[in-house]
Amino acid sequence: MSNLSESENMADAGQETAPIWINDLTVAYHRKPVLWDVNLVLPEGKLVAVIGPNGAGKSTLIKAILGLVPKATGDIRIYGRSYEAQRRLVGYVPQRESVDWDFPVSATDVVAMGLYGKIGWLKPVSRRHREQAVEELRKVGMEAYADRQISQLSGGQQQRVFLARALAQDAQVYFMDEPFAGVDVATEKAIVALLKELKTAGKTCVVVHHDLQTVTTYFDHVVLLNMRVVAAGPVEEVFTEENLKKTYGGKLTLLSQALHKYAQQPGIGTGGTKGGHR
Amino acid sequence: MPGSSIKRMVSQGWGWIAAAAWVWFWPELAHAGGLGDTGLQWPGWQELLRVLTLRDYNTRVVIVGTTLLGLAAGLSGTFLILRKRALLSDTLSHATLPGIALAFILMTVFFGDGKSLIGLIAGAAVFAVLGTGSVLLIERYSRLKDDAALGVVLSVYFGLGIAIMGIATRMETGNSAGLTSFIYGKTASMLLSDALLIAVTAFVAALLCLLFFKEFSLVCFDADFALTQGWPVARLDFFMMSLVVVVTVVGLQAVGLILVVALLIIPPSTARFWSRRLSVMLVLSAVFGALSGMIGAAISALMANLPAGAVIVMTASSLFFFSLVFGTNGGLLQMALDRWRLGKKVMHENLLRELYEWQEIAAQRSGAAADAARIDGPRLEELLPRRSWSFHDLQKGLRQLIRRGWLRLSPEGRYVFTPDGLLQARAVVRKHRLWEAYLIAYADTAPGQVDWGADTIEHVIDERIIAELEAGLPDWTPKAVPESPHELIRSGV
Repeated sequence: MSNLSESENMADAGQETAPIWINDLTVAYHRKPVLWDVNLVLPEGKLVAVIGPNGAGKSTLIKAILGLVPKATGDIRIYGRSYEAQRRLVGYVPQRESVDWDFPVSATDVVAMGLYGKIGWLKPVSRRHREQAVEELRKVGMEAYADRQISQLSGGQQQRVFLARALAQDAQVYFMDEPFAGVDVATEKAIVALLKELKTAGKTCVVVHHDLQTVTTYFDHVVLLNMRVVAAGPVEEVFTEENLKKTYGGKLTLLSQALHKYAQQPGIGTGGTKGGHR
Repeated sequence: MPGSSIKRMVSQGWGWIAAAAWVWFWPELAHAGGLGDTGLQWPGWQELLRVLTLRDYNTRVVIVGTTLLGLAAGLSGTFLILRKRALLSDTLSHATLPGIALAFILMTVFFGDGKSLIGLIAGAAVFAVLGTGSVLLIERYSRLKDDAALGVVLSVYFGLGIAIMGIATRMETGNSAGLTSFIYGKTASMLLSDALLIAVTAFVAALLCLLFFKEFSLVCFDADFALTQGWPVARLDFFMMSLVVVVTVVGLQAVGLILVVALLIIPPSTARFWSRRLSVMLVLSAVFGALSGMIGAAISALMANLPAGAVIVMTASSLFFFSLVFGTNGGLLQMALDRWRLGKKVMHENLLRELYEWQEIAAQRSGAAADAARIDGPRLEELLPRRSWSFHDLQKGLRQLIRRGWLRLSPEGRYVFTPDGLLQARAVVRKHRLWEAYLIAYADTAPGQVDWGADTIEHVIDERIIAELEAGLPDWTPKAVPESPHELIRSGV
């Protein structure tokens, strides 16, 4: 591994300044490793795609950074400090399926949730906050639906509401979990335009992505993930057929089979790998 | 869209009128039900007046207590069902029984009297928490899923409670007479101090629910997102469930542990039929809960042999069934009405298109300028073979269109468009052909088959979709009605 020392140098260099710096991160559900020894430094102001096969731990990576799943080992820094100290710099777009869209709130209500951190304990959402929420909806082309109850929106529109909520957080680094999954053309265009705008404003966006065909057009940077980081770097350097083969190829089936067997042993955890902590 | 908001006002309007009518006729319905023959004692006017005017201090406090209890249950219950924990509350209320019985025995042994409400409530609360903890432990460390875990804990704790209760009632001292009221609920056995305790606790719980509205709703909707923002989700969750436990245990004596869950779950479920907004839903749920508590306790005070818990739940469920039928947000009647309106709209649009196309063909045939507007309309029997509609439906539809001012019947028995009707028909035909053109261009549908595809979906296309369709079809002239991409049906012309 000739580039190991190189990446280690890079890691040290980015520890204080990089928007995201990850050292030796391992995450396990019920003792079954899902992410393994992840080292990653992501540059500022770039659109970063995280790609990899199903069960590669893409969502888990984001959730581990955000402290939503416990990490077995590892150190994660956002602009040189722990996530807990830097919450205000981070925006989050969860997977659309993670919430109940029949919930009795309007699009504006959901977007206003992005402001709750700023509003603070026990204070009500004021008119000014609601106006700001509608403003964020406008940025994703959803102002006409501001008062709609969220179950009356299409899947793509719901996704845009989630994006608007993250915009309301006014962050420096955005984590988006599969924002392009199952959306219509209009929404896909809106998301791409929004990503470009965020990039122009110097924000860093880390996006879990599943469509390999659009990686080169939508993103500058890519992380190829399959339980560990296969490769990470600028798209033109890293997004190669060889790396894709390493990421998606069947080489790891033996490992995952062994781990599956291991997890099935009596006395070792139960349950699947999805879900995480509530 | 002013039209839709007016429609909404009208549909909400009739909902409220129906609600008023129901409240108005309620006494008559109750009498008509023949309840008088079942051995229940109907109160005299004197007594009725006494209860209704709250002249009796004891009754007044009890009714205020159960009203506030219903209010608090309606508020905390809303968050409970939004957090999808309705069944957990049933389990924790059943789990209180061993706590009540044990507290009774302990208090009897140490103080000689076991019937201090505070003591019993404390025992109930401890076991409610123990029961909830057991559910969480089973879910985490066993292969059982949550429904099985809830069932196991409910029955084990309740069984244990019944057993300890058996011991408690055989004790020589301690006066266990009122203990069973915790199972079924009985306001008659409530002391004044009990009612005051319930009222104050419920009031505080209700206030806290309102105070934490923003935080609770965030945790209910998206706990992970709340966590990334730094909210102490676990603690908020615990606090939210604690309020439910508090409402449950103070409600035990009035409603009983089997039925207290109804007061937590039915009012918010009822409120969902009236609003899509959480704030409105919360207020309605509180009102429904309070009404149930008030009416239930009042009826129970009038008729000593009707247990308060049952009457409160019956009141809550009458409100629920009324809302299920008449509710403006997904009520059965509203949905039926919507279906009926859509059916009517489909019939009218089909009629307009058939009339228009009939005239198109007739115009082509006559060789005149192919302008459908210049041709006199068809007769009834000429329209009949064009679709599979019955004579009766067709006649009814045509009559409705005449009443709307879109058609008139000429002396020769022909149905002729009015200027208004012609505009409508053009819009309908245009929508139909726009959709056909879209299907041909984008969905690879054969021209011969698009008619059917368009026929089913065209009725739900709105202005916005029309605009998008037009944008997607480059060679499309605005406003004009294009020629049909397929051969028109010629039957009847």
